[in-house]
Amino acid sequence: MEVISSLILVIGRPALMWFLLLNLIPLMIWLERKGSAYIQDRIGPNRAHIGGLRLAGMVHNVADVVKLFTKEDIVPSHVSRGYYIAAPFVAMTVALMTYAVIPFADAVVIGKKSFPMQAANLSVGFLYILAIASLGVYAVVLSGWASNNKYGLLGGLRSSAQLISYEVSMGLSLIGLVMAFQTVELNDIVRGQGELLFGFLPKWGIVIQPLAFVLYLTCAFAETNRNPFDLPEGESEIVAGYHVEYSSMKFALFFMAEYVNILVQGAIVTTLFLGGWQVPWLPTAVLKRHLDVVLPLLAMGTTVILCLSFVILRRYDLANRTRWQDARRREGLWLSRLSLAGALAFLILSTVFVKWPVDSKGGWPSLVVGMDRALHLLPGGVRGAIEQLLYWKGWGGVFTALVQFSAFVTKLLLVAWLFIWVRWTLPRFRYDQLMKLGWQVMLPLALANLVVTGVVYFVQG
Amino acid sequence: METFLFFLFALMAVAGGVLTISRRNPLAGAISLVVTFLAVAGLYGLLQAPFVAVMQVLVYAGAIMVLVVFVIMLLNMPEEDLGQERISRGRLAVGLVVGVVLLTLFAVTWLPLDLSALPAAGQADPPRDFGSIRAVGALLFRSYLYPFEIVSILLLVAMIGAVLLAKRHLD
Repeated sequence: MEVISSLILVIGRPALMWFLLLNLIPLMIWLERKGSAYIQDRIGPNRAHIGGLRLAGMVHNVADVVKLFTKEDIVPSHVSRGYYIAAPFVAMTVALMTYAVIPFADAVVIGKKSFPMQAANLSVGFLYILAIASLGVYAVVLSGWASNNKYGLLGGLRSSAQLISYEVSMGLSLIGLVMAFQTVELNDIVRGQGELLFGFLPKWGIVIQPLAFVLYLTCAFAETNRNPFDLPEGESEIVAGYHVEYSSMKFALFFMAEYVNILVQGAIVTTLFLGGWQVPWLPTAVLKRHLDVVLPLLAMGTTVILCLSFVILRRYDLANRTRWQDARRREGLWLSRLSLAGALAFLILSTVFVKWPVDSKGGWPSLVVGMDRALHLLPGGVRGAIEQLLYWKGWGGVFTALVQFSAFVTKLLLVAWLFIWVRWTLPRFRYDQLMKLGWQVMLPLALANLVVTGVVYFVQG
Repeated sequence: METFLFFLFALMAVAGGVLTISRRNPLAGAISLVVTFLAVAGLYGLLQAPFVAVMQVLVYAGAIMVLVVFVIMLLNMPEEDLGQERISRGRLAVGLVVGVVLLTLFAVTWLPLDLSALPAAGQADPPRDFGSIRAVGALLFRSYLYPFEIVSILLLVAMIGAVLLAKRHLD
């Protein structure tokens, strides 16, 4: 059991990170499309379907992927081939590498071993993030230069100048946080944010360093080339900027890298300023002790949400039962049944969670009728294995980590949604305004924040 | 594993360095230099100096070389303007002589070094926070505070000088 669990954790951590990151990309694209649609009073994608299943336009992403994969991959004859091909891979690699140090739950302690819940536990912490992020410029520079296209080059120049300018304030805005938490290790910073200020306010980075939060968030918008800083692209001036010569999957890599970057910045903002995996007012030890309350409550909450979605989908289904049905009209029927089944499953789960796994010799087998007898029918070895799995002492740690992981993902998605929200709300800057903001407003503010923080902590001792 | 990584990074560093001076295209040279910097950062990492490794990436690969590449892109020299580089016999001879002299100098200074004085591989682990930010910071701001401040003044002077030169050029 020990060997298996450590193997799962060693391979599982980076795998989970990749799985999360790569699967959140389509979700982000869907959020972007649907979110922009609702902000602009449109409906958004709702046509593409598989057997009638549209999932509110999420299936559209599948159509996109098929399109991008089957499109001709054109390498123009005038490009510098090697750099041209390397650039999108650099973009994607750099974006994915950053995630290695983000902690997505507190360290899970099983037996005597402690497993930090991040792909790589580096002592240099967020400096690693800054270092890797600073390499992201090469993707832009290389693609712009290698395209041998004046729009591409101009886009690359603009973008790299923007990235360099905002990297300075970005790094400086984080130094105050290091002063506050006395460490650069991300997991320690998150642990420090579990404490309470004045006895009731979580000591999150946003509370103790509000200016740094605003500065960092602004820089994050600039670093991801998002509106209001999306100057590298401009249909009326430089077309698509540095990726104007890219098509098919090479374009898709740039496109995906943009969303991975949003998710990365969202994760950094979450980790440094919004308490990371901390569930507010519930530090790890407390959470672990009260899992028998937290887990049933969470399962009940999910049940309620699924019941509500059943009601909504059912009404949608009844409203769409016309005589000549498009396959898409039947979606409501299947989804409402699915959410009802899910609600039932979570209801059962919530009763199970009351007794298991906190009370490790609890009555799990007797909870489900006939479970005991069914277990006794099995050969001894298999039964032993199943019982060992059910009564494994590591479950408490695993479920605590899962709860914290959900808290982390929730915050991450909220910040990611903020990126989309801002993109479809604010107008873009002019290029000189962007530079002026970066160097004449952000940089002095970041420095002032640094000085004030330093003085305050020096006086406090 | 460590030996393998060492040779991998060493090979990358040397190859990058050779390419930096041998490529005619300035951007290719700059990118090769970036590869060298990244490989050297890997070597620092192997030497239990994560802070120096990260700083190497952050400062050299991520900031200085980006500016170099940026300037190369701004100039955007067409292929014809690069000119042919010809290596004359005389230059080659001078280079060889200088190289041999330097190598002998290195050999003379380093070979008397008693290698057995160094800890053998796998023995004598460095202290726990060796090479961490805390350790490096304590060294810089306690033991070597004055040299550190003098260097920072030097950098400031260089920066002001650069601004002054650029300004005069503009006016």
